[in-house]
Amino acid sequence: MKGLRWAVRTLGEVLITLGLLLLLFVAWQLWWTDVAANSAQAVTVQALEKGFGPANLAERGTAQPLATLTRVPFGEAFAIMRIPRFGADFARPVLQGTDHDTLTKGIGHYQGTAFPGQVGNFAVAGHRTTYGKPFSNVDLLQKGDVIVVETKASYIVYAVDRHVIVTPDHVDVIAPVPQHPGVQPTQAWMTMTACHPRFSASQRYVVFAKLVKRIPRASGLPASFMAVPAGTVG
Amino acid sequence: MYGPLWRLLPGPWPVKALLSLVLVAGVVAVCFLWLFPAIAPYMPFNGNSVGVP
Repeated sequence: MKGLRWAVRTLGEVLITLGLLLLLFVAWQLWWTDVAANSAQAVTVQALEKGFGPANLAERGTAQPLATLTRVPFGEAFAIMRIPRFGADFARPVLQGTDHDTLTKGIGHYQGTAFPGQVGNFAVAGHRTTYGKPFSNVDLLQKGDVIVVETKASYIVYAVDRHVIVTPDHVDVIAPVPQHPGVQPTQAWMTMTACHPRFSASQRYVVFAKLVKRIPRASGLPASFMAVPAGTVG
Repeated sequence: MYGPLWRLLPGPWPVKALLSLVLVAGVVAVCFLWLFPAIAPYMPFNGNSVGVP
């Protein structure tokens, strides 16, 4: 009888402990990953800005002002994405690769797709929830909204064209011509993928944007591109 | 489980309570820093990219 009491009590304590651990996991996932990733990603953006050097200054050396990226090692941050619709100070690092670990550090670039500004499709993925949620408000993007991708050589300005919601197996959204796999690209596209609905991974919210302009870094980014669109919340 | 642990902790009850808090903080730290990051990739709600599963 005493052994049974002990067993029941211990079982109860173990179950309560497991329940508390599950709650702790939820707190970690929904709160702590944002706290940690937001500060880490801000540090990455600062380091990139420092590495890119100041804008509005005459280029020194022989670097071509519009040189495009050709190769970036996996996991390395190589660009800053600014989206005025998400706030005037929204700036997130873009890293090479889209695995779990890379996406906790910022926006991930699908390996093998075009680099910013190139003809083809510059395809990226980002978290809609947790880990700093860079694409939290991806569903608020409207046709014409500006997306600025800043690299060492240039500011690449895209404008949102349209969006689709698809199942995660739709790799055609990152094709060189989005949704037209096998077609030879003649324009520079950009694709953003994020999970949909929020807190689920059953679908993907996908936004397509088209290149508007490539501006050499030395010329500086016109302030008009960074104007926060009317009707932006938060 | 918790009864024997409480008896195992040395000192009067305030000391035991303080030690318990330290232990709890340690467990939370281990979970936040190592355990949860290790199991997060296996959670079904963390997908953001498209690809062949």
